Amino acid sequence: MTKTLATPSTDTSVAARPTRPGRQRPSGPASATSVAPRRRRPSLAVLGLTPFALYVLLFLAIPSVLAITTGFVDKKGIFTLENVAALFSPQILGTFLSSFWVSGVTAVVGAIVGALVCYALLGTRPDGALRSSINSASSVLAQFGGVMLAFAFIATIGVQGLITVTLQNLGVNIYADGVWLYQVPGLLLPYLYFQVPLMVITFMPALEGLKPQWAEANATLGGSRLTFWVRVAGPILAPSFFGSLLLLFANAFSSYATAAALISQGAQIVPLQIRSALISETVLGRSNMAGALALGMIVVMVVLMFGYSLLQSKTARWQR
Amino acid sequence: MAAPTSGASVELADVVKDYGTGSLALDSLSLHAQPGEFVALLGPSGCGKTTALRSVAGLESVTSGRISIDGYDVTTQPTNKRDLGMVFQSYSLFPHLDALANVEFGLRMRKVPTDERRERALESLEMVGLGGFGKRFAHQLSGGQQQRVALARALVTRPRVLLLDEPLSALDAKVRVQLREEIRRIQTELGITTLFVTHDQEEALAVADRVAVMRAGRIEQIGTPESLYTQPATTFVAEFVGLSNRLPGLVSGGFVEVYGVELPLLDPTVAKGPATVYLRPEDVEIVGCAGGAAGGAGAAGSGLLTPQIRGTVVSSSFLGSIRRSTVRLPDGELIAVQHGVSVKPASGENVSLRFTGACVSVSPREAPSSVAA
Repeated sequence: MTKTLATPSTDTSVAARPTRPGRQRPSGPASATSVAPRRRRPSLAVLGLTPFALYVLLFLAIPSVLAITTGFVDKKGIFTLENVAALFSPQILGTFLSSFWVSGVTAVVGAIVGALVCYALLGTRPDGALRSSINSASSVLAQFGGVMLAFAFIATIGVQGLITVTLQNLGVNIYADGVWLYQVPGLLLPYLYFQVPLMVITFMPALEGLKPQWAEANATLGGSRLTFWVRVAGPILAPSFFGSLLLLFANAFSSYATAAALISQGAQIVPLQIRSALISETVLGRSNMAGALALGMIVVMVVLMFGYSLLQSKTARWQR
Repeated sequence: MAAPTSGASVELADVVKDYGTGSLALDSLSLHAQPGEFVALLGPSGCGKTTALRSVAGLESVTSGRISIDGYDVTTQPTNKRDLGMVFQSYSLFPHLDALANVEFGLRMRKVPTDERRERALESLEMVGLGGFGKRFAHQLSGGQQQRVALARALVTRPRVLLLDEPLSALDAKVRVQLREEIRRIQTELGITTLFVTHDQEEALAVADRVAVMRAGRIEQIGTPESLYTQPATTFVAEFVGLSNRLPGLVSGGFVEVYGVELPLLDPTVAKGPATVYLRPEDVEIVGCAGGAAGGAGAAGSGLLTPQIRGTVVSSSFLGSIRRSTVRLPDGELIAVQHGVSVKPASGENVSLRFTGACVSVSPREAPSSVAA
């Protein structure tokens, strides 16, 4: 699986905004003395950003611009809206719907299961071995995908997989209704494998940010444990939960490698459709359809990230 | 104005709290607060004052002992059944609710009808001086305003007991003084029994009917602010409450001699022999200072007849309404002297001192003498 999204920081603490001495306006005669803030010259430390900036430029900014622009030109390089209009053809819409379905199901299930894991972890010692182990494992597993993950599932629940064969010997055929692992529904289990850990690492800080004083205030005001979760913790955590859910959706929506390794025939989800368009240029008989598809994905991702940042900013304000 | 509540008595009887750390957080603590009384629990960090308060709230279970409110044993009763109001040290407003909804929360838990709920919450906000702040969220309020809302939230349910866990410690000095006076005013008006935890002696002395000085899970002394200050029962209280000079003395025949000056003993049963004497800075007077008239009425009072002690001024600090100077005595001891601002001793100036009051406490001589804060 290719991760196109970096996991955003979920740190909700409010860091003191650094002052910018170079921008401070001297006030009064004293500013001319040695106590006046010195104008800071551009530091060489900024050079440390260069490799990352180049990387982003080459593999995110330029491809995005190319994708958008190629979506608006035809084979001869003449501007056209036909590629974009083709996004609304039944075939492409169906592909987007499949992507939405896989992303939606794995995001919702991953978010719920992940939140339950977080809740269970809340009962453990913050610096205990169990919580540290699960946090570490989640950080690794959230990035575990692609061919390795696909192979893991093929080796266990593939047609000749260990579990499949064992179950067959016990009289249970998990493929009695067809080999679903190599179809869109087959993506659900592998995707959940990285969606749940991703939920754990993104939602746990929010849960840990619940102040004990809120629970105690609820109790002294006559509230029960249930009212705390329904009237206090629930509403406070809701933006974080839905923000994480959006992140999970985006994560699944942009995943490619796991699906590519599992599904070799057909192009049931958008990233695979783009692959087809790039390889054969036969999607709807248009040469630049990949660009239009990528444009569609970018629009979806922008909407998701906008919603995510809105929810995150609300949470950050609440948990100051 | 919210309706006055009927304050309830609060009693802790031989309460023990053991966290299993080797020392008891509460060591057979006993305390009885009368209905409508304002009792401050004062002590250094780790003395058990917050544990005691949280035990009354039910937020901590006690190892043994009995806690009763209004005569009813609540030792094992859950917090939400104890009918308490509590304000915490750190801001504890629910961040997703505005100030009005925060104040309404306790009434909502009690299923008070919406109209009455709204009316009482608005009244409560008015009472703490935040009438127009109902629609503001916690992040739109200053620390002092947040604590006012927390106070309104705690009081709106008309609880029998109000518990204040260092509610002012996160506020700046000016707001702290304003709010503590308001807390006292509201408490007096409502007649609500209040337990107030603080490590700030000035705060405790200023607002409480009685102050319980705690040490190592026990109450060292409980009494009115005046009695604690003027008649501390132990050297710990003498040192913790107010500023005291620790000076070497010699006890004999109902008085203690300090640098040749005989001072009366508050406790005539003190054993004869060398002792450490605790003397308030305001009971020492500077005479013969070039920087102004002798401080205080003592210049013309009885202190004039007492022997004087020579010393050299080390430093002098202006503290607004008073000035505090440190004087080195001939044997090297340092003594703090509190006097009027018109007396301005200069560093290095030779002055005479005299004692104008009684020593507040005397203990057998142990530690080297110095100025104790």
